[in-house]
Amino acid sequence: MSNFMEWVDRRFPATKVWNEHLAEYWTPKNFNFWYYFGSLAMLVLVIQIVTGIFLTMHYKPDASLAFASVEYIMRDVPWGWLMRYLHSTGASAFFVIVYLHMFRGLIYGSSREPRELVWLIGCVIFVTLMAEAFMGYLLPWGNMSYWGAQVIISLFDVIPYLGPILTEWIRGDFVVSDATLNRFFAFHVIALPLVLCALVFLHIVALHKVGSNNPDGIEIKDNKDENGKPLDGIAFHPYYTVKDLVGVVVFFMVYLGVVFFWPDGSGVLLEKDNFAPANSLQTPPDIVPLWYFTPFYSILRASTSDFLLILTVITGVAAVATFFIDTKRSNKISAFICYALLAVGLSIFDAKFWGVVMMGSAIVVLFLLPWLDKSPVKSIRYRSMPFKIAVGIFVIAFISLGYLGMHPVSELSTIQAQLCTILYFSFFALMPFYTAWGKTKPVPTRLT
Amino acid sequence: MSSNEDSTNENRSRRRFITGLTSAAWAVGAGFSVTPFVLSMNPSARAKNAGAPVEFDFSKLQLGQMVKVEWRGQPVVVLRRTPEMMSGLSDVTNLLADPDSVGSVQPTYALNAARADTDRNDVLVMLSVCTHLGCSPVEKLAVGPDPEMGEDSKGGFFCPCHGSKFDLAGRVYKNVPANKNMDIPPYQFLNENVILIGDDSARVS
Repeated sequence: MSNFMEWVDRRFPATKVWNEHLAEYWTPKNFNFWYYFGSLAMLVLVIQIVTGIFLTMHYKPDASLAFASVEYIMRDVPWGWLMRYLHSTGASAFFVIVYLHMFRGLIYGSSREPRELVWLIGCVIFVTLMAEAFMGYLLPWGNMSYWGAQVIISLFDVIPYLGPILTEWIRGDFVVSDATLNRFFAFHVIALPLVLCALVFLHIVALHKVGSNNPDGIEIKDNKDENGKPLDGIAFHPYYTVKDLVGVVVFFMVYLGVVFFWPDGSGVLLEKDNFAPANSLQTPPDIVPLWYFTPFYSILRASTSDFLLILTVITGVAAVATFFIDTKRSNKISAFICYALLAVGLSIFDAKFWGVVMMGSAIVVLFLLPWLDKSPVKSIRYRSMPFKIAVGIFVIAFISLGYLGMHPVSELSTIQAQLCTILYFSFFALMPFYTAWGKTKPVPTRLT
Repeated sequence: MSSNEDSTNENRSRRRFITGLTSAAWAVGAGFSVTPFVLSMNPSARAKNAGAPVEFDFSKLQLGQMVKVEWRGQPVVVLRRTPEMMSGLSDVTNLLADPDSVGSVQPTYALNAARADTDRNDVLVMLSVCTHLGCSPVEKLAVGPDPEMGEDSKGGFFCPCHGSKFDLAGRVYKNVPANKNMDIPPYQFLNENVILIGDDSARVS
């Protein structure tokens, strides 16, 4: 065996890679519950790729055959129902895991220096995953698939001048049609999975360059023994590979429980209107996207002309407030100009345009997190009270937006969504201030 | 050739220039090579040809009845409006965002309050596509209280997606997500009963 490995190692760095990334990749010894979700996300990616391959063996990306081919998979293909439920439930599981994974990064300051690129690549993965999920959702060619795609593609219509040309280009037709289905299939099955795998690879390369953060938010590399091994580090393999297996078992209990006993999630995981084939003449009465998009969808719907007036006032207040912040004069002036331009923009463009801009911004602000956070400590364990309160409010606002987005609009729910939208953006806009405010606890020099 | 000669300033700037020139040529080439891939995603010739006009015999419609006809894959409403519906159009003018259809798409012969050919202005021919995000609004033809259209509704269309409201000529109400009246396609009457949707070339105006 060792002869064989020597033979390989002279030609390919197998042992080197194994050691650098597993057996001698030093990981903080204090990982807790929150650190399961990275490996689980990779597991779900594999599940989605494998079940996806078996689904494409029977699925037909043709507007006249697609819906029937999914029913064929469900009824006639041996174990086809299992492949499909694993895939459809896997999509929701993917987002549950990714949202928890991102939240972990937020509370332990994992995006902070020197891990900004890990965070940025992760954000790109999140956006790609949303595109992957959105395109996959058109493939069953149910009525909700059809109208969901119609609504989301129409979002690009608000771009001045380019919008109509762009939407035609995306659809490949003047309406959502066979051409759209065919290309979404290509993106969903080939293009985006390749991009996702490449991004996951980069995410891990960047992570292994800087090393993992941990619940204490301090660097284990600051305390090394004479051999250069971090004193508080343990080898990823076997310690965390074994620990992650426990997480996998628990995950499978929940995931397979849903697959076998609750695959439609009472209309949340598989929407009722999608059990009817696409009908270009009939919009479903309650059109909502799948649950993982609803927080952003709520922000889109919150944009009404009345709401823009409120936002203009807030922008005006922010513009004036810049003069009371203790910073350089040039900073004040440029901030003031930005706010003033925004206020003018709010009065020129209409609510539809700003709805799309706000929805996009809600995702873009995530990228800025490492630079908005000004706290002297990383982990929530040692942070000041204002940060903890802000995170609490943010979680409530995000979940409320998700809940509101799953239900039809009413006057009251619109106001609630608008309030939550303001809270969502305030979390990021005010972050440089509240993270620097209040007394932080002393940070230990070694892991606790 | 000595290595000293290579590192003279003159040579270095020449090399930079040539490298820059080569990169620029590659960039132009890359741009040209990407073009066919990008353009291949545009609507195909078949998709463009599929916009053939559609005939519809509306004599089978009762007064006050509506059907949706498919044209270019999109729903087109054909509605025979009653005199009561027609008079309702002028009652709601104050509630509309663009009662004169200044910002909307319609053929010139439908640029009036009824948004229909004046010869038969009771027949509404309209693209049933919400100008917000493209859903197909639900018809609310009855005059009177309606949970979505309000207490004294004169009839109209309600978009289930984001709550936009339109009157029975497809004109949008104020303070709803949609900002334009719904489109009127080109159409013409072939005879007393048959309408041709999508083509008005033989129209005598």
